[in-house]
Amino acid sequence: MKSRAMQDRWDVIRHVVGGNPVNLIAFVLFALICLAALLGPVLAPQDPLATNAAFALQPPSTQFWFGTDQLGRDIFSRVLVATRLDLLIAFGAVGLSCLLGSLIGAMIGYWGGFWDGATSRVVDVLMAFPLFVLAMATVAALGNTVANVIYATAVINLPFYIRLARAEVRVRRGLGYVEAARVGGSGDWRILIRFLLPNIASPLVIQASVNLGWAVLNAAGLSFLGLGVRPPTPEWGIMVAEGARFIASGEWWVAAFPGFALMVTVFTFNLTGDALRDILDPRMRT
Amino acid sequence: MTRIALRLLSAIPTLFGVVIVTFLLTRVLPGDPAVFFASNPSMSTDDIAALREQLGLDKSLIEQFWIYLVALFQGDLGNSLTTGQTVMTEIINRLPASAELTVFAFLLAIGVSLPLGLAAALRPGSLIDHLSRLISTLGVSMPTFVTGLLLIYVFYFLLGVAPEPIGRMDPFLFDPPKVTGMLTVDALIAGDMEVFRAAFTQMILPAVTMALFALAPLTRMTRAAMLGTLGSEFVRTARASGLSRRKIIFTYAFRNALLPVVTTMGMTFSYMLGANVLVERVFSWPGIGAFAMDSIINLDYAPLQGFMLVMAAIFILVNLTTDIVVTIIDPRASK
Repeated sequence: MKSRAMQDRWDVIRHVVGGNPVNLIAFVLFALICLAALLGPVLAPQDPLATNAAFALQPPSTQFWFGTDQLGRDIFSRVLVATRLDLLIAFGAVGLSCLLGSLIGAMIGYWGGFWDGATSRVVDVLMAFPLFVLAMATVAALGNTVANVIYATAVINLPFYIRLARAEVRVRRGLGYVEAARVGGSGDWRILIRFLLPNIASPLVIQASVNLGWAVLNAAGLSFLGLGVRPPTPEWGIMVAEGARFIASGEWWVAAFPGFALMVTVFTFNLTGDALRDILDPRMRT
Repeated sequence: MTRIALRLLSAIPTLFGVVIVTFLLTRVLPGDPAVFFASNPSMSTDDIAALREQLGLDKSLIEQFWIYLVALFQGDLGNSLTTGQTVMTEIINRLPASAELTVFAFLLAIGVSLPLGLAAALRPGSLIDHLSRLISTLGVSMPTFVTGLLLIYVFYFLLGVAPEPIGRMDPFLFDPPKVTGMLTVDALIAGDMEVFRAAFTQMILPAVTMALFALAPLTRMTRAAMLGTLGSEFVRTARASGLSRRKIIFTYAFRNALLPVVTTMGMTFSYMLGANVLVERVFSWPGIGAFAMDSIINLDYAPLQGFMLVMAAIFILVNLTTDIVVTIIDPRASK
């Protein structure tokens, strides 16, 4: 029975990847980006922090593929090494908000009552702020650290997961298998964790994968403004901010390459998000 | 009518929640502002205590909140510790700059995305359909600050057609007499075309940057909604009845497709409010986003508080307007 289901899923994956070459490209790019995050520091040809005044602001060449910045640091190495930090922030934030949000949402959806109403009001209020502004203020309030950028990005993602999990659980809490589990002697917590959460996992994972690109954009936006990551740490948002000064005088490569890395990553995450949605939930296919 | 009134009332609890959140957030800001401003060594602990008392920081949180609330009702958002002005004056001075930019960008985005989405839906699989898909995929992946810098590089540095990306006005021209605070509008009122041209060209690049970002969801939604209504039965009936193509597309299909599009517009506008901060930073635009960033850096929390309140208030207002427009477009939505 299990292997049959596995086989079916495999077929869907083959269908989705084979039927749409874009999906295949997305998955390959995704793997490459993850690889860069894992091996970045090993692969980087030069020390991302080593300054060299003799080679300041060199345009891209065979020696410096992406050129050098105002301190003579190799931009290619910096872009490569930054992948890990940027992905860490994005995955951390989305993971945190998905975990917390689905738990909170499932609980209030299951029990309802006072906490349901109270939490829903709080979520409404959070959603009343432009989300990026809320993230800015959260980092400012909690303190200017990388961990707080993760928390801030998680906070602005949280409402989506709470609402989604709540709605999905409310639909299912009266269903046959929940009744059966209760008759079989399962307590509320066991029903919630063993029966309901696994059943609502797939829409939550879809939401998470779709959110990932957005999380990267938000985190990079925050560090572009100077919140969170501090120089000389290599990170795409802050590198774009450092390069912004040189755009108007023509040294485009300082800002362009980290910006391009950011764009490709978000683009890939968005595509994989869509592909994953196709695989996990064929009904939502567009 | 009563529906609209009820909807207006329902915004009040949210607004109150927003006030609580902004209050709490800014109270946990790092660094006691009194200590921050008393950082010169000549100040004794007594002086710091006096300053705390003056700023009301020695009272309990509830008391502080009450004082804050009362002041808020009198339109007093506190003082900016760095500029010495009241936050209200600062925001009133800077809001027109942000509003002018955001509204212009929003109109630009609507002006491009609606025809594009419409054309894409009318000819699925055509070149224009692929173009619209490309734009809507790229648009959501492009960080606004990167797009802005790219545009500066191409149009200011390479082609030299755009003015220097700093501020709202050519430094050699005088601002038009202030009426609305929006330079282009004021220049038109004064009838000064040279100033209008200067202010307008200054605004094009930042506005295009923001519009590109808003284009994606709007185009995507217009296309999807149009495809939906074009395939529906009432359009088939209209077609079978021999109505003109124009009437079918605009009166039947487009009007019915407008509902989700308007909802998306509201959402997009809120994202633009957030993106505003980034765009203002890239183009040194002296709006409220730049103001908020300055106050964050200076640990000046009253302006940040004011900024968040204004942003949330605008956002709630936009949502209200969206809802009301939706009820007007489609009376079924209010049931």
